Amino acid sequence: MNPAEIIIELRSIAKHYMMGSEGFYALNGIDLDIYLNDYIAIVGSSGSGKSTLMNLLGCLDYPTDGEYRLKGTNVATLDENSLAGIRNREIGFIFQNFNLLPRASALQNVMQPLIYRGVPIDERKQRAQEALSMVGLQDRMDHVPNQLSGGQRQRVAIARALVTKPAILLADEPTGNLDSSTTVEIMALFDQLHNDGQTLIIVTHEQEIADRCRRVITLKDGRLISDATNSQTVISKAKRAGSNA
Amino acid sequence: MPSLAFKIIEGTRSAGQSIFAHGFRSFLTTLGIIIGVASVIAVVSVVQGFSASISQEFDGMGTNVINIDSYTPRKARLQGVNAKLSYDDFLEIKHRVKGISNVTPTVRVWGPNAVISYRGQSADTMVIGTASTYQKLYTVYPDFGRFFNSSDDKSRRRVAVLGPSILNKVDIKGDPIGQYLSVSGEWFKIIGIAEKRGKLLGFDQDDFILLPYSTTRALLGGADEPDISISLQVDDMQNMGQIKQHLKNLLRRNHKLNKETADDFKIATADQMLDTFNQIIGSTTLVLGGIVGISLLVGGIGIMNIMLVSVTERTREIGIQKALGATRFDILLQFLIEAVFLCLLGGLIGLLLGFGAGSLISTVTDLPAATVPMWAVVLSFGFSAGIGLIFGIIPASKAANLDPIDALRYE
Repeated sequence: MNPAEIIIELRSIAKHYMMGSEGFYALNGIDLDIYLNDYIAIVGSSGSGKSTLMNLLGCLDYPTDGEYRLKGTNVATLDENSLAGIRNREIGFIFQNFNLLPRASALQNVMQPLIYRGVPIDERKQRAQEALSMVGLQDRMDHVPNQLSGGQRQRVAIARALVTKPAILLADEPTGNLDSSTTVEIMALFDQLHNDGQTLIIVTHEQEIADRCRRVITLKDGRLISDATNSQTVISKAKRAGSNA
Repeated sequence: MPSLAFKIIEGTRSAGQSIFAHGFRSFLTTLGIIIGVASVIAVVSVVQGFSASISQEFDGMGTNVINIDSYTPRKARLQGVNAKLSYDDFLEIKHRVKGISNVTPTVRVWGPNAVISYRGQSADTMVIGTASTYQKLYTVYPDFGRFFNSSDDKSRRRVAVLGPSILNKVDIKGDPIGQYLSVSGEWFKIIGIAEKRGKLLGFDQDDFILLPYSTTRALLGGADEPDISISLQVDDMQNMGQIKQHLKNLLRRNHKLNKETADDFKIATADQMLDTFNQIIGSTTLVLGGIVGISLLVGGIGIMNIMLVSVTERTREIGIQKALGATRFDILLQFLIEAVFLCLLGGLIGLLLGFGAGSLISTVTDLPAATVPMWAVVLSFGFSAGIGLIFGIIPASKAANLDPIDALRYE
């Protein structure tokens, strides 16, 4: 694995909105490179442009200006259907409120993204079972979301995000709706994914979470004001320990 | 990219799950379609059953049969004119027109002259005075005994062939053949019982008594010559047109009609009568179909309404699906399939209910057995699917065009 391999390049990204007759920039002149196996926290106060950046990175939205290359492809110029394909193949979403399909079982929820890729049902089931086992929910596959605890729901969402083996995992306040002990569990799971080579981007306003990430990107008023490497993070220590062993 | 077939299969699976997850609501949604299709099928099955049995009747008559009846236009009738076909007309036709056979005069008598009595019991019926050739023309075969022959007619024998319903009206002890019963005060010997034909539209086709023409004529007395019908068979169908023309000319001459006067008779072939009948059935079906079509339309609007509610309710789900990689087309297809699925389900239930209702109507009333023609099945399914497509497209495109970010934020 080459740690310097670039996955995402953002160049002069701007997102302009009109609010009535007045326009404003939610993002302005963002330049950012994200590498394979990066473990990034995007922080910033409310209105700083975190969510807008998240939506752009997740290919849910187009930038008004600038260039967004995902694995070399300029996604800012793709049509809606191609963008849907990119979301399906390259991006795994994890939301604050889990966003599971309420009537579908855990297994069906995890199988869902594979439908849009045309994976036949048997393979879909098998891959979803593997993903659920990976997050420790092998015994809860037939439960619907409201039969699961918050932590379990978020694990289902993580399994769903992972089942397509995406290039990046985008988590928007993933622990925002969880209690502190569950937060620790979920973060441990993220750490493990990072160790396994997954690229993770987490939008958060919790310092604790940001501290665990390797890189912390801070936004303010739509501009990137700092991009710091977090050398003291637990995960870095763990990695060093791992490489020393 | 997944194939369209794959998408349709997955769409159907998801539509099925969604429909059965909201079972009661789905049932109410599709109720309009159920009622619509059920009424179409019930109406069509009864009308078609009726039509099939009528066609059978006509088949028994043969397509080479011509019927001639007197005809008085309404206006003339109001002025007291009554056209008449006479026995002379019959004789003229029989002897002058070539290429025809079994020329049969028929006189039908109701009322006081058609009262039968047997050992103190009496009943009303219809007396049909006709020639022995009637049997060949209308394929009337006696179940018991025999039909009267030409010598019975010539010598004005007092013999009678009974419709089987007569036996229900008067209680004849022992074998009826050879016994006597009175018609309008005159005694007749029963020589045959016709085979049963059943009821048609509540009208008993077996309630009649057949007498030789000349005997009937005598029974009626000589005061006024009765108005008769004349039926005949054309030997070669190719001559049908020519023979009709010949009959027309002959009757016009006989009735001394000048060029300005319209025919005072009607020449009808079995085919023509069948055509007329089919036209009536066709327009009845069309009108009834139109009325129930409106109910299907209302059903469709109901489906659209619920689908629109459902799209709003599932906005967030749609957002999730889009985030997971669903394209506009995937979402469009999913909702469209759901609408069509609902309608087809309604169509199927309606079809079964409609056929059940049609059969029930036929059983309870005296209408012929209900039949559902294939075209009605195909049409109602096609129509249901069409309604699903038409009324599903608006909600489906509303769903497909949702912006994923807005949809994900929707509370």
